[in-house]
Amino acid sequence: MKAFNVETGIVMPLDRVNVDTDQIIPKQFLKSIHRTGFGDNLFDGWRFLDEGEMGKTPNERQINHEFVLNDPRYQEARFLLARENFGCGSSREHAVWALMEYGFRAVIAPSYADIFFSNCFKNGLLPIVLEEEKVEQLFRLCGGDTAVSLTVDLPSETITLPDGETVGFAIDPKRKVSLVKGLDDIGLTLAHKADIEAFEQTHRRNMPWLFDRLTGEARGSE
Amino acid sequence: MAARTLYDKVWDAHVVGVRDDGQTMLYIDQQLLHEVTSPQAFEGLTLAGRAPWRIDANLATPDHNVPTENREAGIEGITDLIAREQVETLDANCRRFGITQFDILDPRQGIVHVVGPEQGATLPGMTIVCGDSHTSTHGAFAALAQGIGTSDVEHVLATQCLVQNKAGNYSVRADGRLPEGVSAKDLVLAIIGRIGTAGATGHTIEFHGEAVRALSMEGRMTVCNMSIEAGARAGMVAVDDRTLEYVQGRPFAPSGGRWAEAEAYWRALVSDPDAIFDNELVLNAGELVPQVSWGTSPEMVIGIDAAMPNPADARDEGQADGIRRALAYMGLNADQPITEVKLDRVFIGSCTNSRIEDLRAAAAVARGRKVASSVKQAMVVPGSGLVKAQAEAEGLAQIFVDAGFEWRAAGCSMCLAMNPDKLQPGEHCASTSNRNFEGRQGHGGRTHLVSPAMAAAAAIAGHFTDVRALS
Ligand code: SF4
Repeated sequence: MKAFNVETGIVMPLDRVNVDTDQIIPKQFLKSIHRTGFGDNLFDGWRFLDEGEMGKTPNERQINHEFVLNDPRYQEARFLLARENFGCGSSREHAVWALMEYGFRAVIAPSYADIFFSNCFKNGLLPIVLEEEKVEQLFRLCGGDTAVSLTVDLPSETITLPDGETVGFAIDPKRKVSLVKGLDDIGLTLAHKADIEAFEQTHRRNMPWLFDRLTGEARGSE
Repeated sequence: MAARTLYDKVWDAHVVGVRDDGQTMLYIDQQLLHEVTSPQAFEGLTLAGRAPWRIDANLATPDHNVPTENREAGIEGITDLIAREQVETLDANCRRFGITQFDILDPRQGIVHVVGPEQGATLPGMTIVCGDSHTSTHGAFAALAQGIGTSDVEHVLATQCLVQNKAGNYSVRADGRLPEGVSAKDLVLAIIGRIGTAGATGHTIEFHGEAVRALSMEGRMTVCNMSIEAGARAGMVAVDDRTLEYVQGRPFAPSGGRWAEAEAYWRALVSDPDAIFDNELVLNAGELVPQVSWGTSPEMVIGIDAAMPNPADARDEGQADGIRRALAYMGLNADQPITEVKLDRVFIGSCTNSRIEDLRAAAAVARGRKVASSVKQAMVVPGSGLVKAQAEAEGLAQIFVDAGFEWRAAGCSMCLAMNPDKLQPGEHCASTSNRNFEGRQGHGGRTHLVSPAMAAAAAIAGHFTDVRALS
């Protein structure tokens, strides 16, 4: 997982509630068997006027100049400012991969859908939860003619605005450690291999019907 | 011990311990795999040189990408080469690791959330995960079933554990009985309409009350399926006789002495009478009418007797903006009655409503009638190969075909339109699926979520109509 410490960059405002993962990365791009190649299709249905398909590059497409992602001011955006319930809908982790590949390092919103929220931490995309008023304040700040640059400092849990004002945010300390250090999540769990084995033995004794079920049968039609 | 909810009980029975970073490791009894969210997980496992922890806890089937026509051709029938590679990759991974798979030609193939319960792979009290948000479906069996992302698919393959914080408890109680012609789908749509798509975020919902108890297992699966549309990662229904009757005798369910042992444990999978929930919704099921979604979020839903909302009546500017945007996308006007909406296509299927009971309900409406000539396409896609075979044996398939519906092979199909079944821009579709997001069923497509009976009625009338008036 990619570590997150201190990042500075432009923030792009996306003023819509309930942005779902079908919008973040539409289904036709989920056919890939790889973890990469999604950045060019981030917000595909809003970003382009024509229907996207895998393999087409952005310069072959009809750009929707109305959509904020195509605004020249935000070409280098690293933070996404969003509204409530961001990332709702499908569990597709491709949404997080697409945001990161495009260049986003953090999302700032009042609330997130659960699965999207945990998918973020698995990849090193920082989902910052801020109160409604603070999000509103940031949207107002973004209302001017020039793009706004922020500094997000995860260790100290602060966002620094252009005028030097800092806004604090809170993050689950358990998740913070892994993110700051970029730790391997599976490795962290496998460090408890003996605990899992011990649990499994007891579980097998208590509920034997849950074991040795899907073996040696049902091999498909080959 | 303090009084516990059903969710508390299943959670407690699976806690392995706490990791060094303070997060809880929850043991997973069953993982379901499909072609879209598993390839990167298997690749990650291979790259790290890790082996799956427990092969016998996994079951796979391709569903999202498979075509619903020309199924006899198997893999060769997938004309989209990229989609085909994905299905082939699932085959290869299952073969390589020895994971049980019902492949594209297997009669048991189908939508994972239909196949699991049908095979008795889903059992009460289990923890179940799948790289798919509608895993919540399996909660109908008092299982703790959750959708996860691909990194977690890999994590569960490698460790048999899911690392997470415990959610809150949300009680949704439906009192009374659903009136004739009003189904489990209408109930869950009405619930989502009330609490909103983020209403139960951070919670596990337990559905209870007289109306839920009266539902068949199929109906309970429909309700739990859409927990995610209410923001909850999991929805659950307590065990009763009906649960056990459904499970008994299924291929992967225990039998003999094992059954008796399991049954004794399963019977206790109910919330204690004095258990405390963090949140509660009570509704009277007896007052519900058939529901139709009008907008681009599952919470944008109204009764068949109602009209589109008017942004002028919104509680704030944010909501007004949402209504305007949705009406514009859907090509509809404020205050327009929902019965005026004409349909271009009708889709009966998806993990929400593609089980035998759903097909029976739709066929009861279609019997002896004809799909309106203004409807370009009406299709019925059974949830699994076995549901398809049963519907054919019961004569339901013939009823659909006689009425002008297309009868297809099992898969996700037009629920998300990853395969060739999709809407054209601007088309309105009456769909028994679970999501009406922009473009969900095809670029520019306009989805209206309804029950199977309401979808069939809309196909016959050519526009939305109250199914209760038809029968
Ligand atoms: S039927 Fe639809 S919602 Fe269900 S698993 Fe398939 S794509 Fe997802």
